[in-house]
Amino acid sequence: MKENQAIRQAKYVEAIAEALVQAMECDERVFVMGIGVDDPTGVFGSTRPAFKRFGKKRVFTIPLSENAITGVGIGAALSGLRPIMVHARNDFLLLTMDQLVNHAAKWSYMAGGRMKVPFTIRAIIGRGWGQGPQHSQSLQALFVHTPGLKVVMPATPYDAKGLLLASIRDDCPVIFIEHRRLYDTVGPVPEETYTVPLGKGAVRREGRDVTVVASSLMVLEALQASQLLQSDGIAAEVIDLRTLSPLDDELVFDSVRKTGRLVVADTGWETCGVAAEVSARVASNVFGSLKAPIRRVCLPDSPTPTCPSLEREFYPGAEDIAAAVRTVVGRVKEPVRPRASAQTQESWDKGFTGPF
Amino acid sequence: MKNKEFHLNLCRMMLLIRRTEEKIGELYPEQEMKCAVHLSIGEEASAVGVCAALRGDDVIYSTHRCHAHYLAKGGNLKRMVAELYGKAAGCCRGKGGSMHLADPEVGMMGSSAIVAGSIPLAVGSALAFSMKGNDRVAVALFGDGGAEQGSFPECLSFASLKSLPVIFVCENNLYATHTHISARQPKDNIYQRGEPYGVPGTQVDGNDVLAVYEAASQAVERCRRGKGPSLLECRTYRWMGHVGPDYDYDLGYRSKQELEEWMRRCPILTYERTLVSAGICSQSDLDLIRGEVDEEVARAVTFAKSSPEPELDDLLQDVY
Repeated sequence: MKENQAIRQAKYVEAIAEALVQAMECDERVFVMGIGVDDPTGVFGSTRPAFKRFGKKRVFTIPLSENAITGVGIGAALSGLRPIMVHARNDFLLLTMDQLVNHAAKWSYMAGGRMKVPFTIRAIIGRGWGQGPQHSQSLQALFVHTPGLKVVMPATPYDAKGLLLASIRDDCPVIFIEHRRLYDTVGPVPEETYTVPLGKGAVRREGRDVTVVASSLMVLEALQASQLLQSDGIAAEVIDLRTLSPLDDELVFDSVRKTGRLVVADTGWETCGVAAEVSARVASNVFGSLKAPIRRVCLPDSPTPTCPSLEREFYPGAEDIAAAVRTVVGRVKEPVRPRASAQTQESWDKGFTGPF
Repeated sequence: MKNKEFHLNLCRMMLLIRRTEEKIGELYPEQEMKCAVHLSIGEEASAVGVCAALRGDDVIYSTHRCHAHYLAKGGNLKRMVAELYGKAAGCCRGKGGSMHLADPEVGMMGSSAIVAGSIPLAVGSALAFSMKGNDRVAVALFGDGGAEQGSFPECLSFASLKSLPVIFVCENNLYATHTHISARQPKDNIYQRGEPYGVPGTQVDGNDVLAVYEAASQAVERCRRGKGPSLLECRTYRWMGHVGPDYDYDLGYRSKQELEEWMRRCPILTYERTLVSAGICSQSDLDLIRGEVDEEVARAVTFAKSSPEPELDDLLQDVY
């Protein structure tokens, strides 16, 4: 790419849609199935271009039998295809846990490696506009907990395309978790086919005072937090995990060795969550570098409330991350729940009209 | 009309399964086979009849009770016994054990210990064959308990919707663990369960290897002609307990009388008598096979016992 040639800008959803089309162009074994993938809305537009290009033979809807069809995907993968299954909401993955955990994750191991399951499962986290307890869950920890599944959570349009292409080319089952709130975010996305390697995180912003580890939407919140903190004279280093399983331990450890402080932000729940795992690994491996206790910024231990007032209270944001950072750098004794995530919530809601 | 070789091959395979499992039962008390074994003694005809109707490049998926399926599809006996002994030479390098036998090279695509868990996988292979446009067939083998899981009707529906080349074979042995089918299902009509979805069903005597073979052959033919899935219910009976090498009528959930009635309908002896009385083969032909099978089983046990354990580094291999 020439330096003076601007990289094409595209939305996160466009990047995903383009990855599907390019994956299917490059490899005739790739196909897409899921509820509504061939309907006029095409899962928020993400499967529409692939359907228009390849038609019902390779992009087809399924009965509302998510668990059985997940098993169908496994069987198709075992017989030489590379299926992609799409769920418009993360929550429906819970219907598929038998096939994902008991079968997809174990088939290769149980057979002594004689078979592989190249199967990508896309699922989208909903948030806002009353998505409520069953349409908004961030379930990545369940899958990270299961050996045999890879778990990917892209934060940027560039990564959404590159990580999806890498997931489809991978020989393992991959849970590819997207965030609905990122769908309209815009960033550079090269038009050509490229991959972002699984298992590699990225430093999004360098800083000397504290390491903030995040993924998916929380990367954007962490970057916003780092700007808030700049005015306090605190330089935060922001790490985007990109892949949660396998985790890029060394990238996190190196950063903590430098900064001595860690805040972990996750879109999921705090208890037994991804932030807990990152914290435990840091505490076990680079404890000597830590100058302060680790802080987590995650969901409180309640289901997602539906009404906007409680929803604002429920979701942590940039201000919560900034508050946690101020605590670990010793500026305040206890983090104050600033309620200021309301600000970002409202600014997003202003640009969004229902239904979801 | 099938020739003598065809019939003797069916006999040989049923005997191989029977003698292998009897040997497992004999050796199990040594406590060297450290995995749960679910034996198919008494049910050999359904596995052998179905697999005899398949080509080498067709595939099957099985359950926790998978020894018979693995062998009938052509799986390697030595590697199966080594798998039960947890050896590196096992068909799954010791990581699967008795409940997870697989040999993809002969189309034995694996076995799930989650009841009905592998039915969707068979449908998935059929989807792949259909999308690739070849005439291969996939078979889902499951028990009467498997017919109670939601994935069974879900798969009947999807396979019919897409007209997939898959055969649903239910080996109905009347019991799920220790519970009779009448306590679990309102109607004893598994073979009819495909009707609402447009999947034709047949019920056969699962102890009659030729009846199973004929019914399976028709279903295979239907698949190869692109006419879609079929359901086949094989009525049979397991002689041994749900798990382990022992008779279990003393538990009281089924009677010794019921067992003995089914033992009189032994699929192997019945078939052998038929062949001899029809003049297709002689008793000495059958005795010869019996001797060869016993030698093969003995060689497999010797191989398995003398094989090395997996390397400890293997623990973390093939997770991803």
